[in-house]
Amino acid sequence: MTILDLPEAHSLHAKQHPPAHEDDAELTEKTVFGFWLYLMSDVVLFATLFAVYAVVGRSYAGGPTGRELFDLWFVLAETAVLLASSVAFGFVTLAAQEQRKQATLLWMAVTFAIGTVFIVMEVYEFHHLIEEGAGPSRSAFLSAYFTLVGTHGLHVFSGLLWMIVMAVQLARDGLTATVHRRLGLLGLFWHFLDVIWIVVFTEVYLIGVL
Amino acid sequence: MPVSQRLSFLTSRLARLRPALIVLGTGLLLAACSSVILEPAGPIAAKEKQLILISTALMLLVVLPVIILTLFFAIWYRASNTRAHAMPNWAHSNAIEVVVWTVPALIVLALGWLAWTTTHALDPYRPLEETGKPTLEIDVVALDWKWLFIYPEQNIASVNEVAFPIDRPVHFEITSDTVMNSFFIPGLAGQMYAMAGMRTELSLIANRPGTFGGLSANYSGAGFSGMRFTALATSDEEFDAWTRKVAAAGRPLDETAYAELAKTRENSPVVYYAPGDPNLLVNLIKKYRHTPPPEPTGDKGADQVSETPPAAHADH
Amino acid sequence: MNPLLGKLTLEQVPYHEPIIMGAVGVALLGVLAVAVLFQRYRLWGWLWSEYITSVDHKKIGIMYVLLGLIMLLRGFTDAVMMRIQQSMSLDPNPGYLPPEHFDQIFTAHGVIMIFFVAMPLIVGLMNIAVPLQIGARDVAFPFLNSLSFWLTFSGAMLVNASLIFGEFAKTGWAAYPPLSQLSFSPDVGVDYYIWSLQISGIGTLLTGVNFLATILRMRAPGMKMMRMPIFVWTAFCTNVLIVAAFPILTVTLALLGLDRYIGTHFFTNDGGGEQMMYVNLFWAWGHPEVYILVLPAFGVFSEVVATFSGKPLFGYKTMVWATIAITFFSFVVWLHHFFTMGAGANVNAFFGIATMIIAVPTGVKMFNWLFTMFRGRVRFSVPMLWSIGFIITFTIGGMTGVLLAMPGADFVLHNSLFLVAHFHNTIIGGVVFGIFAALNYWFPKALGFRLSEPLGRASFWCWLVGFYVAFMPLYVLGFMGMTRRLNHYPNPEWHPWLVLATVGVAIIAVGILCTILQIAYSVWKRDQLRDTTGDPWDGRTLEWATSSPPPIYNFAETPRVTETDAFANMKANGTGMFVPGTPYEDIHMPRNTAAGFLMGIFSIGLGFGLVWHIWWLVGLGAIAMTAALLVRLFDEDIAYIIPADEVKNMEMQRLQGVGQS
Repeated sequence: MTILDLPEAHSLHAKQHPPAHEDDAELTEKTVFGFWLYLMSDVVLFATLFAVYAVVGRSYAGGPTGRELFDLWFVLAETAVLLASSVAFGFVTLAAQEQRKQATLLWMAVTFAIGTVFIVMEVYEFHHLIEEGAGPSRSAFLSAYFTLVGTHGLHVFSGLLWMIVMAVQLARDGLTATVHRRLGLLGLFWHFLDVIWIVVFTEVYLIGVL
Repeated sequence: MPVSQRLSFLTSRLARLRPALIVLGTGLLLAACSSVILEPAGPIAAKEKQLILISTALMLLVVLPVIILTLFFAIWYRASNTRAHAMPNWAHSNAIEVVVWTVPALIVLALGWLAWTTTHALDPYRPLEETGKPTLEIDVVALDWKWLFIYPEQNIASVNEVAFPIDRPVHFEITSDTVMNSFFIPGLAGQMYAMAGMRTELSLIANRPGTFGGLSANYSGAGFSGMRFTALATSDEEFDAWTRKVAAAGRPLDETAYAELAKTRENSPVVYYAPGDPNLLVNLIKKYRHTPPPEPTGDKGADQVSETPPAAHADH
Repeated sequence: MNPLLGKLTLEQVPYHEPIIMGAVGVALLGVLAVAVLFQRYRLWGWLWSEYITSVDHKKIGIMYVLLGLIMLLRGFTDAVMMRIQQSMSLDPNPGYLPPEHFDQIFTAHGVIMIFFVAMPLIVGLMNIAVPLQIGARDVAFPFLNSLSFWLTFSGAMLVNASLIFGEFAKTGWAAYPPLSQLSFSPDVGVDYYIWSLQISGIGTLLTGVNFLATILRMRAPGMKMMRMPIFVWTAFCTNVLIVAAFPILTVTLALLGLDRYIGTHFFTNDGGGEQMMYVNLFWAWGHPEVYILVLPAFGVFSEVVATFSGKPLFGYKTMVWATIAITFFSFVVWLHHFFTMGAGANVNAFFGIATMIIAVPTGVKMFNWLFTMFRGRVRFSVPMLWSIGFIITFTIGGMTGVLLAMPGADFVLHNSLFLVAHFHNTIIGGVVFGIFAALNYWFPKALGFRLSEPLGRASFWCWLVGFYVAFMPLYVLGFMGMTRRLNHYPNPEWHPWLVLATVGVAIIAVGILCTILQIAYSVWKRDQLRDTTGDPWDGRTLEWATSSPPPIYNFAETPRVTETDAFANMKANGTGMFVPGTPYEDIHMPRNTAAGFLMGIFSIGLGFGLVWHIWWLVGLGAIAMTAALLVRLFDEDIAYIIPADEVKNMEMQRLQGVGQS
C-alpha cells in the first residue's frame, strides 16, 4: 500500500470520519486506475468515429466540402480556448493540492467560463453551418463531421456539468479526500478532451482545408 | 474389472450417444446423395465441393483423435477404475506440449495454403477464360422482392428467370435498387451480395443442362422467402430460342415498365422485356452515387472492390 | 404527433394477435404468481435489502444468472416457434406465422440469446466467482456493479415491452442497413433494438472496466498474474475485449440511430452513405463478442476438468498463452462474416487464414483438457458431464467453423442453415454447456446447497441428444442449399429434416424443463443438499476455501497465495490460508444503495420515450437518472464497518459448521 499524495488531506479526512471508509489512498489509486480504463474505452469510441470520418469524410454527395465550409482561424481560436481552459484546470489542481478552497473554486469558475466559451463557439459554428444548408443530413461527410465534433462537444458539456457538481460538493464539504479524488478524475477527463480535440483539429479541419 | 465388464461399460456409455451418432451418420450419408452443394453442375461449384471435402478430411485428422481420446480418457481414467494409473500431480510434459501445438499448426498451415490458392482460383471476380468461348454478360438487379436480369448484348430483360448456354462463361454484374440481397444459384457457383449504389461481380459456367433454383441468400424483408428465380442452363440452340421468345413476348423496359415492376412486391411472376435497358445497371448505381462509377470492363483486377472505398475494409 | 404519447397509439398494441397476447398473458401471470408468493411470505423487504439494493458481487451475480435464465425461456420459446413454423411451411402451406411476425421472432431470438441470455449469464458467473477466486472482498466498484446489472435489466425489459407496445425489429439480429433504415423499417422495432442494446451495452462496458480494475488491482497478496486461476484469466481477457469492443457497438448503433432519428447519411443508400461500413463496424464488435462469451466458458471447463480429474490443469502456461492469442486474433478476423461482399481474393484469403490461426490455440486448449483427464481420477459429476459433452460438440463446431473460414467454401455455405448450425454448435456446445457446467459447479458456493444430481444428468442428456437431433439436420440442409430465415420454402426434400430438427428442439425443451425442476427440487430439498464444508467438489481454487455461501466479506482475512491452485496446495500441504493466531480486524464494507436500481428503472423510461418519441418521458428519465446519480455522489455514508469482534463470532460459527461435517 502506498500513500500517493495528500498526506494532509488524508489525515484531515481521517479525523472527520474515523472508521467508515476503506483506506483513502488505496481507494484513490483504484479509482484513478478504473477511470483510466474508462478513458481507454472512450479512446476506442473516438477511434471508431475517426475511422468512420476517414471512410465517408470525402463523400460530399454533391454538397459542400470541408474546404468550402471551415474557417480555419475560427477553429484555431476554438482550439486556443479549449487549451486555455485546460491550463486553467491546471491551476485548479495546484490550488487543491495546497488545500486552498477559495482559490480552487475560483479557478474552477475560470475553467468553467472558458469551457463555456468553447461550447458557445461550437454551437455557433454548428448553427451557422445548418443555416447555410450544410446540416448533418446533407451528406455522409457532414453526418460524420457533426457526429465526431458533436460527440467531443457533448463530452466537454458533460465535463462542465461535472464541474458544477464538484463546485457544489467542494463548497459543501471542503477539500476532503473524496473531493480531491474526484477533482483528480475530472482533471484527467478535461485534459483527455484536449488530446481528442487535437486529433479532431488535425483530421477534420487541418486536413480538410489544406 | 474383467475385460468383458469393461467393454460392456464402454458400450453402455456409447449407447447413450447412439441417437446422436445415428443422426450424424445418416445425415452425412443422405446429404451426400441429395445435396445440391455436393452435386455441382459446373466447374466452380465442383471446385467448391472439392474444397469442402479436402478441408474436412484434413481437419478430421485432429478432430477424430480428440473425440476418441476424450471418450477414452474419460472412461479409462474414471475414478472407479482401479487399474488406471493415476498421477494426481502430473500436469506438464514438454513432449506433449510440442505435439499439441505442432499438429494443429501443421494442419492450419496446410489449410492456409489451400485457402490462399483456392481463394484466388475461386475468386468470383476472376474471368473464366479457359473454355475459349466468348463470355455472356448478364446484369442483375435485386428488387423488392424479385430479380431483374438484363442482357445488354441481346437487348432483352427478364424477371425471375435467367437462361444461359452450357459450357460458356457467364459474367454477372450485380446491384440492388433496394436493401442488401445475395445472389445465389446453388449448384452452379457461390453467392455474391447485391448492394445499392455498388456493383459486384460473379462468374460461372454450367457443365450440364438443367433447371436450377436461384434465390436471395441474404434476408431482405417481408417478401424475402418468395424472392426466388429459375436459372436455365441450356444448349446454345435452346438459349437462342429462349432469347427469341423473350424478344417476341416482351414490352420495352422503359421507365413506366420499371415503375410498374416495383408494384408487384411479393411472389412476382416471370416477366419478359424487349428491348431491355442496357444502361439500367449503370444508371441505378449512378442514382445512389453522385460520382459516376467506372466503366464496366469485365476483367477487373481481383483486388478491386467495385465502387467501395478501400478504407471500408482496412481500418478499425 | 401526439405530444403526450409520441408515436404510441392504441393500434400499436397487438391485442388482436392471439399468440402475442397469450405470451404476454403467461408472462404477466408468472409475474403475478411471484408477486403473490412474495406477499404471502412477506418477502418484499428481504428482496429489497438482500438483492435489489445489494452491492454484494455474489448477490448481483445471482440476479444476473436469474435474469439470463428467465430470458432463456423467452428466447427458447422463439426458437420453438421458428422450428414449428418451418416444419409446417412447405409451399403451398404458409405455416401459422406470417412474415411480419416470423421476422420479428428470429430477430428477437438472436438478440435475446446473445445480449440477454448469454451475456447476463457470463457476467453473472464472473460476478460470483472472480472476486472469490482472487481472494477479494468485492469488486473494485460495487456501486457501478449494481448499476451495470440494472442497466442490463432495463435493456431486457425494453425488449419485452416490444411484445405489448408495437413490435420488435424485423431485420435479423445484426440489423444490417439499409433494411434497418427508416425508409425500409418505418416501425419502432429497430428503435427498440437500438435502445435496448445501447442501455444494456453501457452496463456491459461498466462491467468490463470494473472487472479489469478488480482483477488487476485486488488480487490476494502473492497471486501474481501467472498464479491466477484460469477462469480469472479468461475473465480478464473477456473484459479486455469488452472494453475494447463495446464502444464500437455503441458508436455503430448511435450512428444507425442518427440515421433514423435526424436523417444523417452514415449507412443510407443515398447521400454518400456506406452500408458496408455498418457491416464492418458491427462485426468489428461482433467477432470479439463471440470470444467475450466463449472465453469464460473455456475458463469454466478448465476449472471443472481439473477439479473432477483430481489434477492440476495440464499445461497452465500454455492455456494462458492460448487464451491471450485468441483474445488478440479475435480482433483481426471480422471480415470472415462477409467474404461474399466483393472484397478481393487477397483480402478474403488474409482474413480466412487469420481465422484458421485461431483454431491452433483453440485446438491446444482441447488437448490440454484431454491431458488433464489423462492419468487423473475422473468423477462424472454433472459439471464434468457438461465438460465432456462440450469437448466433443465444440470440436465439431470448430471444424465446421474452419470450413466456413475457407472463402471458397463460404461462398456456397454463407447465409445457409450450415452457418446457422455452425454457430449454434459453438454457442450451445461452448457457451451454453459452459454455463450449465458452471451453474452446477458454483451453485452450492453461491447459495449454500448443491443442485440435484439425477435431474442435472437428465438435463444434460436431453440437451446433448436434443442438440444433435436439432442441429445436425441443419448442417444437412445447408448442403441441400437451404438458406436461413425462410418463412416458407418450395423444396419438399427439406421438409423431413426440418421436422427432425423440431423433434430435437422438443428434446431440448425437456432438458430445460429438467433444469427448472432441478432448481425447484433442490430448493425444496435444500437441507439435504446443504454444503456445510464450503468445498463440495474437492476444489482447487480460493472460492472453495470459504463457506458456502461465503460471509458478506468473503474472507475474514485476505488469503496469502504462493502457487497456482492455491486452495489445493493448502489442502495438500496442510497449511491454512491465514497465519494462525492473527487477531481478527475490522472489515470495511460498502453499504447497500438503491441508486443503481433507480437509475436502471429510470433508464427504462428514457429508452421507452426514445423508442416512441415521447420527449417529455425522455427528459424526465434523463433528469431522474442524473438526480439518482447525484444523490449517490453526494452521499458520504456509503460504507460501514463490521467490528473485529463480530467478525470473530461469525467466523467461529462458520468454522463450527465446517467442523461438524
